[in-house]
Amino acid sequence: MKNGTLTFSTKPSIHSAGVTAGPLENKKSIFAKQFDKVYEDERCDLPTNEDGHSQLMYDAVMIALSKAKKDVQKIDFFLTGDLVNQMTPSNFTAHSLEIPYIGLFSACATSVSSMITGALFTEAQQANWIVAGSSSQHNAIERQFRYPLEYGSQKGATAQWTVTAAGAVLIGKNKPGFPSITCATVGKVVDMGMTDPLNMGSAMAPAAMATLSSHLTGHGKTIDDYDTIITGDLGSNGFKIFKALANEAGLPHTKNFRDAGEEFYGKDPSFMAGASGSGCSAAVFFSDVYGKLCAGEYQRALLIATGALLSPLSYQQGDSIPCIAHAIEITAGEVAE
Amino acid sequence: MISIYITSFIVGGLICVIGQLLMDVGKLTPAHTLCTLVVTGSILDGIGWYEPLIDFAGAGATIPITSFGNALTHGALAEAEKHGLIGVVTGMFEVTSSGISAAIIFGLIGALLFTSKGNV
Repeated sequence: MKNGTLTFSTKPSIHSAGVTAGPLENKKSIFAKQFDKVYEDERCDLPTNEDGHSQLMYDAVMIALSKAKKDVQKIDFFLTGDLVNQMTPSNFTAHSLEIPYIGLFSACATSVSSMITGALFTEAQQANWIVAGSSSQHNAIERQFRYPLEYGSQKGATAQWTVTAAGAVLIGKNKPGFPSITCATVGKVVDMGMTDPLNMGSAMAPAAMATLSSHLTGHGKTIDDYDTIITGDLGSNGFKIFKALANEAGLPHTKNFRDAGEEFYGKDPSFMAGASGSGCSAAVFFSDVYGKLCAGEYQRALLIATGALLSPLSYQQGDSIPCIAHAIEITAGEVAE
Repeated sequence: MISIYITSFIVGGLICVIGQLLMDVGKLTPAHTLCTLVVTGSILDGIGWYEPLIDFAGAGATIPITSFGNALTHGALAEAEKHGLIGVVTGMFEVTSSGISAAIIFGLIGALLFTSKGNV
Protein backbone atom coordinates (compact mmCIF):
# COMPACT_ATOMS: atom_id res chain seq x y z
CA MET A 1 0.00 0.00 0.00
CA LYS A 2 1.31 3.39 -1.02
CA ASN A 3 -0.31 5.31 1.82
CA GLY A 4 0.11 8.66 0.09
CA THR A 5 3.87 8.43 -0.36
CA LEU A 6 5.59 9.87 -3.42
CA THR A 7 9.23 9.70 -4.47
CA PHE A 8 10.83 12.12 -6.90
CA SER A 9 13.75 10.39 -8.62
CA THR A 10 14.55 13.52 -10.69
CA LYS A 11 14.80 15.53 -7.45
CA PRO A 12 13.33 18.82 -8.66
CA SER A 13 15.12 21.84 -7.20
CA ILE A 14 13.69 24.92 -5.58
CA HIS A 15 15.57 27.59 -7.49
CA SER A 16 14.33 30.59 -5.56
CA ALA A 17 11.74 31.76 -3.05
CA GLY A 18 9.90 35.01 -2.40
CA VAL A 19 8.10 36.02 0.79
CA THR A 20 5.97 39.12 1.40
CA ALA A 21 4.27 40.17 4.63
CA GLY A 22 2.08 42.85 6.17
CA PRO A 23 3.01 45.68 8.55
CA LEU A 24 2.12 43.81 11.74
CA GLU A 25 4.24 40.84 10.68
CA ASN A 26 7.11 43.24 9.98
CA LYS A 27 6.79 44.60 13.51
CA LYS A 28 6.05 41.42 15.44
CA SER A 29 7.32 38.37 13.57
CA ILE A 30 10.67 36.92 14.58
CA PHE A 31 11.19 36.11 10.89
CA ALA A 32 10.59 39.72 9.73
CA LYS A 33 14.22 40.28 8.70
CA GLN A 34 14.05 37.26 6.38
CA PHE A 35 10.96 38.44 4.50
CA ASP A 36 11.78 39.88 1.08
CA LYS A 37 9.17 42.62 1.10
CA VAL A 38 6.98 44.14 3.79
CA TYR A 39 4.23 46.69 3.38
CA GLU A 40 3.45 49.84 5.36
CA ASP A 41 -0.26 49.28 4.77
CA GLU A 42 -2.15 46.07 5.51
CA ARG A 43 -4.09 46.41 2.24
CA CYS A 44 -0.84 47.13 0.30
CA ASP A 45 -2.28 50.63 -0.42
CA LEU A 46 -5.15 49.09 -2.39
CA PRO A 47 -8.88 49.74 -1.78
CA THR A 48 -9.87 46.39 -0.24
CA ASN A 49 -8.37 43.67 1.94
CA GLU A 50 -8.85 41.15 -0.87
CA ASP A 51 -7.01 43.39 -3.36
CA GLY A 52 -4.14 43.59 -0.87
CA HIS A 53 -4.31 39.80 -0.50
CA SER A 54 -3.78 39.38 -4.27
CA GLN A 55 -0.95 41.89 -4.28
CA LEU A 56 0.91 39.96 -1.53
CA MET A 57 0.95 36.84 -3.69
CA TYR A 58 1.74 38.71 -6.91
CA ASP A 59 4.76 40.39 -5.34
CA ALA A 60 5.97 37.15 -3.74
CA VAL A 61 5.92 35.47 -7.17
CA MET A 62 7.70 38.37 -8.89
CA ILE A 63 10.37 38.43 -6.18
CA ALA A 64 10.98 34.68 -6.53
CA LEU A 65 11.27 35.09 -10.31
CA SER A 66 13.58 38.08 -10.14
CA LYS A 67 15.90 36.25 -7.71
CA ALA A 68 16.25 33.44 -10.25
CA LYS A 69 16.38 35.98 -13.10
CA LYS A 70 13.45 34.26 -14.79
CA ASP A 71 10.94 36.01 -16.98
CA VAL A 72 7.27 35.42 -16.15
CA GLN A 73 6.66 34.15 -19.72
CA LYS A 74 9.07 31.29 -19.04
CA ILE A 75 6.86 29.85 -16.30
CA ASP A 76 4.75 26.88 -17.37
CA PHE A 77 2.34 26.56 -14.47
CA PHE A 78 1.24 28.54 -11.44
CA LEU A 79 -0.15 26.52 -8.53
CA THR A 80 -1.51 28.34 -5.52
CA GLY A 81 -4.42 28.79 -3.15
CA ASP A 82 -5.80 30.82 -0.26
CA LEU A 83 -8.68 30.76 2.22
CA VAL A 84 -11.16 33.23 0.74
CA ASN A 85 -14.36 31.86 -0.83
CA GLN A 86 -13.61 30.46 -4.29
CA MET A 87 -10.00 31.65 -3.78
CA THR A 88 -10.57 34.93 -5.61
CA PRO A 89 -7.29 36.54 -4.41
CA SER A 90 -5.33 33.70 -6.05
CA ASN A 91 -7.52 33.87 -9.15
CA PHE A 92 -6.85 37.59 -9.56
CA THR A 93 -3.11 37.06 -9.02
CA ALA A 94 -3.14 34.35 -11.69
CA HIS A 95 -4.92 36.73 -14.05
CA SER A 96 -2.29 39.43 -13.51
CA LEU A 97 0.56 36.97 -13.99
CA GLU A 98 -0.93 35.36 -17.12
CA ILE A 99 0.60 31.98 -16.27
CA PRO A 100 -1.49 28.80 -16.81
CA TYR A 101 -2.99 28.24 -13.39
CA ILE A 102 -4.58 25.64 -11.16
CA GLY A 103 -6.07 26.81 -7.86
CA LEU A 104 -5.47 24.36 -5.02
CA PHE A 105 -7.39 24.28 -1.78
CA SER A 106 -5.76 22.49 1.13
CA ALA A 107 -6.50 25.36 3.55
CA CYS A 108 -3.28 26.18 5.44
CA ALA A 109 -1.56 23.09 3.99
CA THR A 110 -1.56 24.60 0.49
CA SER A 111 2.09 25.68 0.72
CA VAL A 112 3.09 22.01 0.68
CA SER A 113 0.29 20.58 -1.53
CA SER A 114 1.24 23.13 -4.22
CA MET A 115 4.92 22.15 -3.98
CA ILE A 116 4.05 18.44 -4.21
CA THR A 117 1.90 19.07 -7.28
CA GLY A 118 4.60 21.25 -8.83
CA ALA A 119 7.26 18.61 -8.21
CA LEU A 120 5.02 16.00 -9.88
CA PHE A 121 4.68 18.19 -12.99
CA THR A 122 8.47 18.42 -13.15
CA GLU A 123 8.93 14.72 -12.43
CA ALA A 124 6.54 13.86 -15.26
CA GLN A 125 8.61 16.13 -17.53
CA GLN A 126 5.54 18.19 -18.34
CA ALA A 127 7.04 21.47 -17.18
CA ASN A 128 10.38 23.25 -16.94
CA TRP A 129 9.36 25.93 -14.48
CA ILE A 130 6.60 26.00 -11.92
CA VAL A 131 5.66 28.58 -9.35
CA ALA A 132 3.97 27.19 -6.23
CA GLY A 133 2.88 28.88 -3.05
CA SER A 134 0.07 30.19 -0.89
CA SER A 135 -1.04 33.33 0.92
CA SER A 136 -3.39 34.78 3.50
CA GLN A 137 -4.47 38.26 4.61
CA HIS A 138 -5.62 38.68 8.20
CA ASN A 139 -8.61 40.99 7.73
CA ALA A 140 -10.00 39.13 4.72
CA ILE A 141 -9.74 35.72 6.39
CA GLU A 142 -11.20 36.87 9.71
CA ARG A 143 -14.25 38.07 7.80
CA GLN A 144 -14.38 34.84 5.80
CA PHE A 145 -14.21 32.42 8.72
CA ARG A 146 -15.19 34.31 11.84
CA TYR A 147 -16.40 37.91 12.10
CA PRO A 148 -15.56 41.14 10.30
CA LEU A 149 -12.97 43.08 12.29
CA GLU A 150 -15.53 45.87 12.88
CA TYR A 151 -17.50 43.43 15.04
CA GLY A 152 -14.72 43.51 17.64
CA SER A 153 -15.30 39.90 18.63
CA GLN A 154 -13.28 38.32 21.45
CA LYS A 155 -11.10 35.26 21.04
CA GLY A 156 -9.88 32.79 23.63
CA ALA A 157 -6.35 31.67 24.41
CA THR A 158 -6.55 28.67 22.08
CA ALA A 159 -7.38 30.79 19.02
CA GLN A 160 -4.72 31.65 16.47
CA TRP A 161 -3.92 34.78 14.50
CA THR A 162 -4.19 34.57 10.71
CA VAL A 163 -1.04 36.09 9.24
CA THR A 164 -0.85 38.60 6.42
CA ALA A 165 1.83 36.99 4.29
CA ALA A 166 2.50 35.17 1.05
CA GLY A 167 5.21 32.81 -0.07
CA ALA A 168 6.14 31.52 -3.51
CA VAL A 169 8.82 29.14 -4.75
CA LEU A 170 10.20 28.52 -8.21
CA ILE A 171 10.47 24.79 -8.87
CA GLY A 172 12.50 23.49 -11.80
CA LYS A 173 14.79 20.66 -12.82
CA ASN A 174 17.48 19.51 -10.42
CA LYS A 175 20.38 21.90 -10.22
CA PRO A 176 23.36 21.18 -7.94
CA GLY A 177 23.68 23.65 -5.12
CA PHE A 178 19.96 24.27 -4.75
CA PRO A 179 17.62 22.63 -2.21
CA SER A 180 15.80 19.77 -3.88
CA ILE A 181 12.58 17.87 -3.32
CA THR A 182 13.25 14.19 -2.76
CA CYS A 183 9.95 12.74 -1.56
CA ALA A 184 6.58 13.62 -0.12
CA THR A 185 3.50 12.21 1.56
CA VAL A 186 -0.04 13.24 0.74
CA GLY A 187 -2.12 13.13 3.90
CA LYS A 188 -5.51 11.62 4.62
CA VAL A 189 -8.31 13.67 6.11
CA VAL A 190 -8.35 13.13 9.86
CA ASP A 191 -11.38 14.16 11.88
CA MET A 192 -11.31 13.63 15.64
CA GLY A 193 -14.75 15.18 16.08
CA MET A 194 -13.58 18.56 17.36
CA THR A 195 -16.02 21.38 16.64
CA ASP A 196 -14.40 24.52 18.07
CA PRO A 197 -13.15 26.76 15.24
CA LEU A 198 -11.22 28.77 17.82
CA ASN A 199 -9.07 25.76 18.72
CA MET A 200 -7.95 24.50 15.33
CA GLY A 201 -4.37 23.67 16.34
CA SER A 202 -5.64 20.86 18.58
CA ALA A 203 -7.91 19.59 15.81
CA MET A 204 -5.02 19.53 13.31
CA ALA A 205 -2.39 17.85 15.52
CA PRO A 206 -3.65 14.26 14.91
CA ALA A 207 -3.59 14.90 11.13
CA ALA A 208 0.04 16.05 11.38
CA MET A 209 0.89 12.92 13.38
CA ALA A 210 -0.86 10.63 10.89
CA THR A 211 1.08 12.13 7.98
CA LEU A 212 4.38 12.01 9.88
CA SER A 213 3.83 8.30 10.63
CA SER A 214 2.90 7.52 7.01
CA HIS A 215 5.96 9.40 5.80
CA LEU A 216 8.42 7.73 8.16
CA THR A 217 7.01 4.23 7.55
CA GLY A 218 6.45 4.68 3.82
CA HIS A 219 9.91 6.08 3.10
CA GLY A 220 11.76 4.04 5.72
CA LYS A 221 12.99 7.08 7.60
CA THR A 222 13.47 7.94 11.26
CA ILE A 223 13.13 11.38 12.82
CA ASP A 224 16.90 11.50 13.25
CA ASP A 225 17.29 11.60 9.47
CA TYR A 226 16.01 15.17 9.61
CA ASP A 227 17.68 18.30 10.91
CA THR A 228 14.21 19.62 11.43
CA ILE A 229 10.62 18.44 11.19
CA ILE A 230 8.57 21.59 10.98
CA THR A 231 4.77 21.75 11.10
CA GLY A 232 2.77 24.56 9.52
CA ASP A 233 0.47 26.20 12.01
CA LEU A 234 -0.42 24.00 14.96
CA GLY A 235 0.17 26.87 17.38
CA SER A 236 1.29 26.34 20.98
CA ASN A 237 -1.68 24.11 21.94
CA GLY A 238 -1.66 21.97 18.83
CA PHE A 239 2.13 21.66 18.87
CA LYS A 240 2.04 20.41 22.47
CA ILE A 241 -0.52 17.76 21.48
CA PHE A 242 1.51 16.84 18.38
CA LYS A 243 4.64 16.24 20.47
CA ALA A 244 2.64 14.21 22.99
CA LEU A 245 1.20 12.10 20.14
CA ALA A 246 4.72 11.60 18.78
CA ASN A 247 5.87 10.32 22.19
CA GLU A 248 2.86 8.01 22.38
CA ALA A 249 3.65 6.69 18.91
CA GLY A 250 7.06 5.65 20.19
CA LEU A 251 9.19 8.33 18.54
CA PRO A 252 12.26 8.64 20.76
CA HIS A 253 12.36 12.44 21.11
CA THR A 254 11.00 15.62 19.63
CA LYS A 255 14.05 17.87 19.92
CA ASN A 256 14.26 18.60 16.19
CA PHE A 257 10.52 19.44 15.96
CA ARG A 258 9.47 23.01 15.16
CA ASP A 259 6.13 24.67 14.51
CA ALA A 260 5.96 27.70 12.24
CA GLY A 261 2.71 28.91 13.83
CA GLU A 262 4.09 28.85 17.36
CA GLU A 263 7.35 30.56 16.37
CA PHE A 264 5.93 33.16 13.98
CA TYR A 265 5.09 35.92 16.48
CA GLY A 266 7.73 34.85 19.02
CA LYS A 267 5.12 33.39 21.42
CA ASP A 268 3.70 36.88 22.06
CA PRO A 269 0.47 36.29 24.07
CA SER A 270 -1.33 39.07 22.12
CA PHE A 271 -1.44 36.53 19.31
CA MET A 272 -2.94 33.85 21.57
CA ALA A 273 -1.76 30.35 20.58
CA GLY A 274 0.29 31.70 17.66
CA ALA A 275 -0.02 32.24 13.94
CA SER A 276 -2.10 30.43 11.34
CA GLY A 277 -3.29 30.91 7.77
CA SER A 278 -2.12 29.72 4.37
CA GLY A 279 0.56 32.41 4.43
CA CYS A 280 2.01 31.22 7.77
CA SER A 281 3.67 27.98 6.69
CA ALA A 282 4.56 29.47 3.28
CA ALA A 283 6.28 32.50 4.85
CA VAL A 284 8.32 30.46 7.34
CA PHE A 285 9.14 27.51 5.05
CA PHE A 286 10.19 29.76 2.17
CA SER A 287 12.21 32.23 4.24
CA ASP A 288 13.75 30.66 7.36
CA VAL A 289 13.74 26.96 6.40
CA TYR A 290 14.65 27.53 2.73
CA GLY A 291 17.42 29.91 3.82
CA LYS A 292 18.85 27.35 6.24
CA LEU A 293 18.77 24.67 3.51
CA CYS A 294 20.55 27.00 1.07
CA ALA A 295 23.16 27.86 3.70
CA GLY A 296 23.72 24.20 4.51
CA GLU A 297 22.60 24.69 8.10
CA TYR A 298 19.94 22.06 7.43
CA GLN A 299 20.86 19.09 5.27
CA ARG A 300 17.42 17.51 5.29
CA ALA A 301 14.13 19.05 6.38
CA LEU A 302 10.61 17.66 6.55
CA LEU A 303 7.90 20.27 6.08
CA ILE A 304 4.46 19.21 7.28
CA ALA A 305 1.87 21.85 6.44
CA THR A 306 -1.40 21.44 8.33
CA GLY A 307 -4.86 22.54 7.24
CA ALA A 308 -8.31 22.69 8.81
CA LEU A 309 -10.77 21.95 6.02
CA LEU A 310 -13.83 23.59 7.54
CA SER A 311 -16.14 26.22 6.13
CA PRO A 312 -18.11 28.81 8.12
CA LEU A 313 -21.28 26.96 7.12
CA SER A 314 -20.00 23.52 8.17
CA TYR A 315 -19.16 24.56 11.73
CA GLN A 316 -22.29 26.68 12.14
CA GLN A 317 -24.26 23.56 11.26
CA GLY A 318 -22.40 21.78 14.07
CA ASP A 319 -20.14 19.66 11.87
CA SER A 320 -16.73 18.66 13.18
CA ILE A 321 -13.51 20.03 11.68
CA PRO A 322 -11.88 17.75 9.07
CA CYS A 323 -8.11 18.26 9.03
CA ILE A 324 -5.27 17.40 6.70
CA ALA A 325 -1.49 17.50 6.68
CA HIS A 326 0.85 17.12 3.71
CA ALA A 327 4.57 16.45 4.07
CA ILE A 328 7.44 17.22 1.74
CA GLU A 329 11.09 16.37 2.23
CA ILE A 330 13.69 18.86 1.06
CA THR A 331 17.41 18.29 1.07
CA ALA A 332 20.26 20.76 0.70
CA GLY A 333 21.25 20.13 -2.89
CA GLU A 334 20.91 16.41 -3.39
CA VAL A 335 21.85 15.58 -6.97
CA ALA A 336 19.50 13.60 -9.23
CA GLU A 337 20.27 9.93 -9.70
CA MET B 1 -24.99 58.36 47.24
CA ILE B 2 -21.70 56.47 47.03
CA SER B 3 -23.44 53.14 47.62
CA ILE B 4 -25.35 53.34 44.29
CA TYR B 5 -21.99 53.51 42.48
CA ILE B 6 -20.86 50.37 44.24
CA THR B 7 -24.07 48.41 43.69
CA SER B 8 -24.27 49.47 40.04
CA PHE B 9 -20.63 48.48 39.51
CA ILE B 10 -21.18 45.07 41.08
CA VAL B 11 -24.52 44.29 39.41
CA GLY B 12 -23.38 45.55 35.98
CA GLY B 13 -20.15 43.64 36.39
CA LEU B 14 -21.97 40.43 37.32
CA ILE B 15 -24.19 40.65 34.23
CA CYS B 16 -21.02 40.96 32.14
CA VAL B 17 -19.46 38.00 33.98
CA ILE B 18 -22.51 35.93 33.00
CA GLY B 19 -22.03 37.02 29.38
CA GLN B 20 -18.31 36.14 29.51
CA LEU B 21 -19.09 32.72 30.99
CA LEU B 22 -21.66 32.08 28.26
CA MET B 23 -18.90 32.66 25.69
CA ASP B 24 -15.95 31.00 27.44
CA VAL B 25 -17.59 28.08 29.25
CA GLY B 26 -20.86 27.73 27.32
CA LYS B 27 -18.97 28.18 24.02
CA LEU B 28 -21.77 30.41 22.70
CA THR B 29 -20.99 32.72 19.80
CA PRO B 30 -21.07 36.48 20.51
CA ALA B 31 -24.42 36.71 18.69
CA HIS B 32 -25.95 33.88 20.74
CA THR B 33 -24.65 35.46 23.94
CA LEU B 34 -26.22 38.79 23.01
CA CYS B 35 -29.58 37.21 22.20
CA THR B 36 -29.57 35.13 25.39
CA LEU B 37 -28.99 38.25 27.50
CA VAL B 38 -31.68 40.25 25.67
CA VAL B 39 -34.25 37.45 26.05
CA THR B 40 -33.31 37.02 29.71
CA GLY B 41 -33.86 40.75 30.36
CA SER B 42 -37.17 40.54 28.57
CA ILE B 43 -38.37 37.58 30.62
CA LEU B 44 -37.18 39.13 33.88
CA ASP B 45 -39.25 42.23 33.13
CA GLY B 46 -42.23 40.05 32.20
CA ILE B 47 -42.24 38.50 35.66
CA GLY B 48 -41.64 41.91 37.19
CA TRP B 49 -38.06 41.46 38.45
CA TYR B 50 -36.13 43.87 36.25
CA GLU B 51 -37.63 47.14 37.56
CA PRO B 52 -36.62 46.36 41.18
CA LEU B 53 -33.12 45.54 39.86
CA ILE B 54 -32.91 48.97 38.21
CA ASP B 55 -34.11 50.62 41.44
CA PHE B 56 -31.37 48.76 43.28
CA ALA B 57 -28.45 49.02 40.81
CA GLY B 58 -29.29 51.99 38.55
CA ALA B 59 -26.98 52.13 35.54
CA GLY B 60 -25.58 48.72 36.52
CA ALA B 61 -28.87 47.28 35.25
CA THR B 62 -29.70 49.78 32.50
CA ILE B 63 -26.36 49.83 30.61
CA PRO B 64 -25.91 46.06 29.89
CA ILE B 65 -27.82 44.62 26.91
CA THR B 66 -30.31 42.85 29.26
CA SER B 67 -31.84 46.30 29.67
CA PHE B 68 -32.78 46.27 25.97
CA GLY B 69 -34.90 43.14 26.54
CA ASN B 70 -36.40 44.80 29.57
CA ALA B 71 -37.29 47.88 27.49
CA LEU B 72 -38.91 45.74 24.76
CA THR B 73 -41.24 44.00 27.24
CA HIS B 74 -41.82 47.19 29.19
CA GLY B 75 -42.95 49.14 26.12
CA ALA B 76 -45.10 46.25 24.89
CA LEU B 77 -46.89 45.87 28.23
CA ALA B 78 -47.44 49.62 28.66
CA GLU B 79 -48.97 50.04 25.19
CA ALA B 80 -50.99 46.82 25.57
CA GLU B 81 -52.74 48.33 28.56
CA LYS B 82 -53.77 51.33 26.46
CA HIS B 83 -54.45 49.77 23.04
CA GLY B 84 -54.87 46.08 23.60
CA LEU B 85 -53.18 43.46 21.42
CA ILE B 86 -52.07 45.96 18.75
CA GLY B 87 -50.23 47.83 21.48
CA VAL B 88 -47.93 44.86 22.02
CA VAL B 89 -46.64 45.35 18.48
CA THR B 90 -46.38 49.14 18.52
CA GLY B 91 -45.14 49.35 22.10
CA MET B 92 -42.05 47.21 21.65
CA PHE B 93 -40.21 49.95 19.82
CA GLU B 94 -41.73 52.81 21.81
CA VAL B 95 -39.02 52.81 24.46
CA THR B 96 -36.26 51.17 22.44
CA SER B 97 -36.47 53.43 19.38
CA SER B 98 -33.85 55.87 20.72
CA GLY B 99 -31.38 53.04 21.23
CA ILE B 100 -31.99 51.55 17.80
CA SER B 101 -31.77 54.94 16.07
CA ALA B 102 -28.56 55.77 17.94
CA ALA B 103 -27.02 52.43 16.88
CA ILE B 104 -27.84 53.15 13.22
CA ILE B 105 -26.69 56.80 13.28
CA PHE B 106 -23.45 56.26 15.21
CA GLY B 107 -22.74 53.11 13.21
CA LEU B 108 -23.03 55.14 10.03
CA ILE B 109 -20.79 57.92 11.36
CA GLY B 110 -18.21 55.39 12.51
CA ALA B 111 -18.22 53.60 9.16
CA LEU B 112 -17.84 56.88 7.28
CA LEU B 113 -14.95 58.16 9.37
CA PHE B 114 -12.88 55.07 10.10
CA THR B 115 -11.45 51.99 8.40
CA SER B 116 -11.00 48.71 10.25
CA LYS B 117 -7.52 47.61 11.24
CA GLY B 118 -6.14 44.21 12.22
CA ASN B 119 -3.40 45.53 14.48
CA VAL B 120 -3.23 44.33 18.06
